[in-house]
Amino acid sequence: MVMPNVEEYYDVVVVGAGHAGCEAALACARLGMETIVFTVSVDSIALMPCNPNIGGSSKGHLVRELDALGGEMGKNIDKTFIQSKMLNQSKGPAVHSLRAQADKQEYTRQMRITLENTEHLTVRQAEVSEIITENKKITGVKTCSGAVYHAKAVVLAAGTYLKARCIYGDVSTYTGPNGLQAANHLTDSLIENGIEMFRFKTGTPARVDRRSIDFSRMEEQFGDERVVPFSFSTDPESVQKEQVSCWLTYTNEKTHEIIRENLDRSPLFSGAIEGTGPRYCPSIEDKVVKFPDKDRHQVFVEPEGLYTNEMYLGGMSSSLPEDVQYAMYRTVPGLEHVKIVRNAYAIEYDCINARQLKPTLEFKSVAGLFSGGQFNGSSGYEEAAVQGFMAGVNAAMYVQGREPFVLDRSQAYIGVLIDDLVTKENHEPYRMMTSRAEYRLLLRQDNADLRLRGIGHEIGLIDDAEYERVKKKERDIAAEVERLEKTTVGASPKVQEFLERHGSTVLKTGATMAELLRRPELDYFMLTEIDSGRPELSRDTAEQVDINIKYEGYLRRQKQQVEQFKKLESKKLSLDFDYSLVKSLRREAVQKLNLYKPSSIGQASRISGVSPADISVLLVYLEQQRHGKQG
Amino acid sequence: MPEKMHSDTIAAIATAMSSSGIGIVRISGSRAFEIADQVFQSRKKNVSLKEAQTHTVHYGMVKDGDQIIDEVLAVVMRGPHSYTAEDTVEIDCHGGVLIMKKILETVIKYGARPAEPGEFTKRAFLNGRIDLSQAEAVMDLIQSKNEYAMKNSISQLKGSLSKKIRKMRAELLYEIAFIESALDDPEHISLDGYEERLEEKLRPLMKEMDGMIRSADNGRIASEGIRTVILGKPNAGKSSLMNVLLGEERAIVTDIAGTTRDTLEESMQLQGISLNIVDTAGIRRTEDLVEQIGVSRARQMADQADLIIYVVDGSQPLDENDETIMEMIRDRKVLVILNKTDLATVISESELSEKTGFPVIAASAREETGIDELERQIQNMFYEGKIDFNDEVVITNVRHKTALTEAAESLRMVMRSIENRMPEDFLTIDLMDAYERLGTVIGESAGEDLVNEIFSRFCMGK
Repeated sequence: MVMPNVEEYYDVVVVGAGHAGCEAALACARLGMETIVFTVSVDSIALMPCNPNIGGSSKGHLVRELDALGGEMGKNIDKTFIQSKMLNQSKGPAVHSLRAQADKQEYTRQMRITLENTEHLTVRQAEVSEIITENKKITGVKTCSGAVYHAKAVVLAAGTYLKARCIYGDVSTYTGPNGLQAANHLTDSLIENGIEMFRFKTGTPARVDRRSIDFSRMEEQFGDERVVPFSFSTDPESVQKEQVSCWLTYTNEKTHEIIRENLDRSPLFSGAIEGTGPRYCPSIEDKVVKFPDKDRHQVFVEPEGLYTNEMYLGGMSSSLPEDVQYAMYRTVPGLEHVKIVRNAYAIEYDCINARQLKPTLEFKSVAGLFSGGQFNGSSGYEEAAVQGFMAGVNAAMYVQGREPFVLDRSQAYIGVLIDDLVTKENHEPYRMMTSRAEYRLLLRQDNADLRLRGIGHEIGLIDDAEYERVKKKERDIAAEVERLEKTTVGASPKVQEFLERHGSTVLKTGATMAELLRRPELDYFMLTEIDSGRPELSRDTAEQVDINIKYEGYLRRQKQQVEQFKKLESKKLSLDFDYSLVKSLRREAVQKLNLYKPSSIGQASRISGVSPADISVLLVYLEQQRHGKQG
Repeated sequence: MPEKMHSDTIAAIATAMSSSGIGIVRISGSRAFEIADQVFQSRKKNVSLKEAQTHTVHYGMVKDGDQIIDEVLAVVMRGPHSYTAEDTVEIDCHGGVLIMKKILETVIKYGARPAEPGEFTKRAFLNGRIDLSQAEAVMDLIQSKNEYAMKNSISQLKGSLSKKIRKMRAELLYEIAFIESALDDPEHISLDGYEERLEEKLRPLMKEMDGMIRSADNGRIASEGIRTVILGKPNAGKSSLMNVLLGEERAIVTDIAGTTRDTLEESMQLQGISLNIVDTAGIRRTEDLVEQIGVSRARQMADQADLIIYVVDGSQPLDENDETIMEMIRDRKVLVILNKTDLATVISESELSEKTGFPVIAASAREETGIDELERQIQNMFYEGKIDFNDEVVITNVRHKTALTEAAESLRMVMRSIENRMPEDFLTIDLMDAYERLGTVIGESAGEDLVNEIFSRFCMGK
C-alpha cells in the first residue's frame, strides 16, 4: 500500500452527517469516544431534503424515545419548529403523536452548532471511498483524496448518497438529494467486503414560490394552542410561541387527466427507474394509477422556513417531466399561477440488505462496522435518527468493551423498527407505523421517559439530575394510583350532582375514585372537583395516573403478552451456529435460519418460513446443548 | 431444574383412539388441578384434586355444569413426579371418540389450552424428564406430529368451510386496515361515525361464527374417523365398492374408465368404528388435464390415509398402472380387493397376495359378495390395533373449535369496547386477535398481512 499523505487516528469514524450520522457522532463523542464525522457538505448537516416536518404518527414516538435515551433530534426540533400539533387527540393515548413543522435552515444550523461545540467531535468535509478491514475486522476508512483515518469502529450513515441519481422526465443527474454531490465509490468497497446491496428509490414534490399561491382558495391549518415539546428536557413554557399556518387543497379530475395522459413520459412507468419505491409515500402518478376511483387527493402546502418563500407541496411528489409538473400543479385550486422554485424528482440510491446486520446494527461479517439510517433501507428522518443513535451507541460499547445495547419489541418502537429491518424481508424503504408495534398500548409517546430514561442513564447519556426527575415521577404516579384505588366517595349530594352533570350514572353505594375514573365519560382531571385529598402533580404525571387507571385492563393484558414474548427473546442463539446440524428442522427453516443467523429464539420465530414446530425443535436442541456443555 | 418455558396448562387425548377400552385425557400445567376440580366431581363429597395426595386415583364424574359427561377415574400426579414434570391430572374415561372429545372440550372450556402436536413430550424433555440422549427422537417426533397435524388440519376442513373462514378473515382485515390507516394518516382518513358501521359488519360475522361452532359439535367441521382411501386403476370398480359400503349410490358408476375425476369423501359407521371413506380417481398415466389433477389428488389422499383399500380388476391382467400403485402403497396398511369375481378372472388370489404382500379378499362389488369379509377384516385390524388411528385428528378438531370460540369471543370484546366508547385503536387489538385465531384454523399466520392490506387498500402518505 502506498503511504497516505494524511493519516489520523480516531476511536470512531462516522460516515455521513444526516439525521443518522449526527445522532451517531453525538452519542459516540458524548460517551468520550474521539469521533470524526464525514459529510460531503458541511453546509448540509442534518439536512431535510424532503418534507419540512419532524414527527407524525409513530414517528413522533421514535423522536420521544430517542430523546429519553439521550438523543438530539427532539431538542433540535424544539429549538426550530414553526408549528406543532399533537395528532390523533380524539383517539386513545397510544396513538397520540407529535408532529412539528421545522424551519429547515434553522434546523440544519442548530444541529451544526451542536456538533461543532461537542467535545471529542471533529467535523470533516470529504467523501469516504473505502472501508479498510483486516481479518473481517474494521480498521478505518479512506477518503477520495487518499487520506486514511484509522478507527476502532466505523458507523456508516450514508443515507441516499451512494451512487445516487435524481430523475424527472428524461432528465437525470448523478447527484444526491438537493443537487448535492453523490458518493460513487463506497458501494464498490462494500461489495468487495462481501456486503449485499439493494437499490431503492424515493421521491419528493416541487417547492414553489409563496407569492404565486392564492391562499384564499385553500383551507388554513393551524398549530395546537398549547404546544407539547418533543424533548423531556425542554421547559414546556419555552415552546409556547407564535406559529405559522399550513394550507390544505386538493387535486381534481383535471389534474388526474393530465397525469394519465403523460404517464408514458414518466420514468417510473417507462422503466428508466429500476429502484423499488415505497408504497406508503407514493408519487401522485402512482396514486392516480393505483386508486383510479378516488376523484381527489389532498395537497398540503407547507412553509419550508420563516425566511424563505419556498413552500412544500406535500402529497404531490412526482418524477414527471418539468412541463407536466407545471401543467398538473396549476390545475390545483390556489396553484393556478404557481411558480416552481425546485422541480419534483425521484431519487435512486444504493443501500444495504439489513438482514446482514445484528440487532446491534453491527455487520455480522465485519466486526466493528456499524450501519444506521436510510442506508439500511428505511425511510424518514426519524427512522434514520434512531438507527444512527443505536449504531453510534453500539460502536462506543464495542470500543469500550461494554455490553451491546439492544431494545426489544416490547421496550420501544426503536426495537420494533430495528427488529423488522434485520429480521424481515424488506423490499421497499421501511417506514414506521403504529400498527407494526404489537404492544403499542405500552409503548406510548407519553411514557417514553418512564420506559427509557433509566436505560439512557445506564449508557451514560442521561445525567443524574434528569434520571432522578423521572424516578420521582415514577414514585408520584404509583402513590397517586394507590391513593385513588383506596379513596372511597359516598353517594353525597355533591357527588351525585357532579355525576349527573357529566351524564354519569349516580351512585347507589360508595365507590372508589379509581372506579369512577374508569367510567368512559369521566377522567382524572374532571374528578378534581370531588377529590379533596389530591396532591399537587405536574400535568405529565397526572396524565400517567389517568391512563394507568383508565385502561388498566388492556394494559395488564399486554403486559402478560410481553412476559410470554420475553421468554423466547431471552433464549440466545449463536451467530456461528450451523442449523443444518439440527436434523429435524425442515429444509426451508434451515435455509432461512442459516441466511439470517438470528440472535435469539424470539427473532428466529419471526423469520418467515420458520414454523412454530421448528422453534420447538430448536428449544429441545438448545436444552440438549446446554446440558451437554455442563455435563 | 431447568426454567420452565411454559406455565400455561395444556390438555389433549393421551391414548391412541380406539373404540373400546380406556381413553385418557391428560391435563398438564400450573393450573391442572384447579381446572380438573371444576369439571370433576368425586363420588365422595368434598374431595378436591388440588388437595389430594400425589399418585392417588379418584372415582367420580366429569361434568360440565349440571350435565354429566362420563363416569371416570381421575389420577393426580404432582410435579415433578409426572410425565411432563408439571402438575398433571389424567382422566381415564370409557374410550369412545365422542366421549373423549367432549371431556377434552370441557377441560378447555374451563381454562386449559389444546396441546400443540408433540407438546407433552416437548415439555417432558425441557423439564428434564426425558434423557438427553433422546433429544433427536423428541425433535423428530415434534416435527412429524406437526407435519401430520398440518396436513390433516387442512385436508380435513371441508372445502366450503375454509372458503368461509377466508372470507371472514378478509372482511376483518379490511376493517383493521381501515382503522389503522386512519390512525396513521388522520388528516386523510376520518373515523367519524365508523363504530356504528363496524357493529353492523360484525353482527353477521359473529352469527356465522356461532353457527360454525355449533356445527363443530356435530363433527361437521372436519372429518373424524379412520381415513380409508380406495385406490385402483381406472374402472377397477372403486366407486361401486364405495356405494356398496355406504349402502347408497353416492359415486357415479359407469363402464367408462376415468369417470371419477376427483375425490369423493363420505363417513360411515362400521360396528361402532367411524370410517371416513375416500373414493379416488383411477390411477393411470393420462393426457387429460382434469383427470391428471384427480390422479394427483388421489396420490395425496393415499399419503394421508390410515388404511388403503386397493381394488384390482380381476378380469384384466395386471399392468404398469398396477405396478405404480403397488409401489405407492408399499409399507402401508392395505387390504386388497380382487374385484369382479363375477366375471372371468385372470388373476388368482394367491398370485395377488404374493405380489402385493397384503391380505386379499375376493369380491364382487356388483354382486355385493365378499363385502362382509372386507368389513370383518377392517374390524379385526382395528381391534387388534393394526391401524394407527392418529389422535391428532380429533384434537385438531378440538383446536379448530377452540380457535373459532376464541375468535367469536374477541369479536364480542370489540362490541363491548364500542359500547364502552373505547377509542378506535383499542378495537383493532381484539379484531386482530380474531383474525389471527381464524388463521390458525386454516393454517395461516398473520405475518405482513395488515401492512400489505393497508397499502393496497388505502391511499395514504404525503
